[in-house]
Amino acid sequence: MKERTVQLEVLRYNPDTDSEPHFQRYEVVCQDEWVVLDALNEVKETLDPTLNYRWSCHMAVCGSCGMMINGEPKLACHTFLRDYPGVIRVEPLAHFPIERDLVTTPDDFMEKLKRVKPYLIPKKPKPLEAGEYRQTPAQLTKFRQYSMCINCMLCYAACPEYGLSPHFIGPAAITLAHRYNQDSRDGGRDERQEVIATQEGVWECTFVGACSEVCPGHVDPASALQQVKILSCFDWIGEHLLPGGKK
Amino acid sequence: MSRRPYVREVPPTAWYFRHPRYLRYMAREVTSIFVGAYCVLLTVGVLRLAQGQASYEAFLQALQSPASIVFQLLAFAAASYHAVTWFTATQKAMPLQLGDEFVPGGWIAGAHFVGWGLLSAAILYFAGVF
Repeated sequence: MKERTVQLEVLRYNPDTDSEPHFQRYEVVCQDEWVVLDALNEVKETLDPTLNYRWSCHMAVCGSCGMMINGEPKLACHTFLRDYPGVIRVEPLAHFPIERDLVTTPDDFMEKLKRVKPYLIPKKPKPLEAGEYRQTPAQLTKFRQYSMCINCMLCYAACPEYGLSPHFIGPAAITLAHRYNQDSRDGGRDERQEVIATQEGVWECTFVGACSEVCPGHVDPASALQQVKILSCFDWIGEHLLPGGKK
Repeated sequence: MSRRPYVREVPPTAWYFRHPRYLRYMAREVTSIFVGAYCVLLTVGVLRLAQGQASYEAFLQALQSPASIVFQLLAFAAASYHAVTWFTATQKAMPLQLGDEFVPGGWIAGAHFVGWGLLSAAILYFAGVF
């Protein structure tokens, strides 16, 4: 197995002792097939047990190990060291407060996720004995791609709108709202539109498209947001310009 | 151990130098200025036309000045870049599902490019270019 010494430059922040974050360099002997997360684990096990970071599955499913790798939002478990010839700079996800070292505070995202009601709201209550909701493959195709989000928040770290206007509900949360709005079993669109068809919702998006470029699940949040914009415009036309509109 | 999350401020301007994708985005946005300016130019042309033949011919004469030609070339380049980026984006904004599958995105963007080409050719035809 091929080995090489990798230089990692890791942003460190200890809220008990540091007034601001600083970089610390580690030299780690790594296997060629290792990912950045393996190198961080090696640092923690052999060089510096005080290093803090989040991870769980090591297979790009849990969405825990999102961080900035050479300035780009990446999953550390999905980023091979061999793709980075020089010093690898590892920082916490951009646009989120740093809790400690590479650990960020996801509270803002979690609160926004809750607001968009990312769960099925049935059109009318159905007792269990009435059986399951049935769906055709075409109905599933309509939203399936948007259900692949793993809540890793890379799209928020890539989105300059979220960085500049933190009140923006953001790519992943709006995409999940769209996912449920597109679901044939769901009847909660009106409730979600109250949250997402607003200035701090989809109209804050200027279609930079970075969210889709960095998404490890190929969810394509940018497409979901543009579709929400178009559908919201149709709502407005229906309500204001067509006879019998609600307003 | 205490909680004292550190908030990093986003620089209001320098962020778009962080990655080429942000520069491409800013380039697309800046092209709007040229597109808008050319719309103003067309509006002025209509006003001159309403003012009579002499006024309109003076306007046409002004369009042939070197500065005007440079502006029109820049506006054409900007409008073309703007159109290409937006027509490419249509596949994200307007996906088309037929049965169990989505139509390939390239078809949707391609249809817009074909429409753009046909309309441009029609305008040039009626303008007497060919």
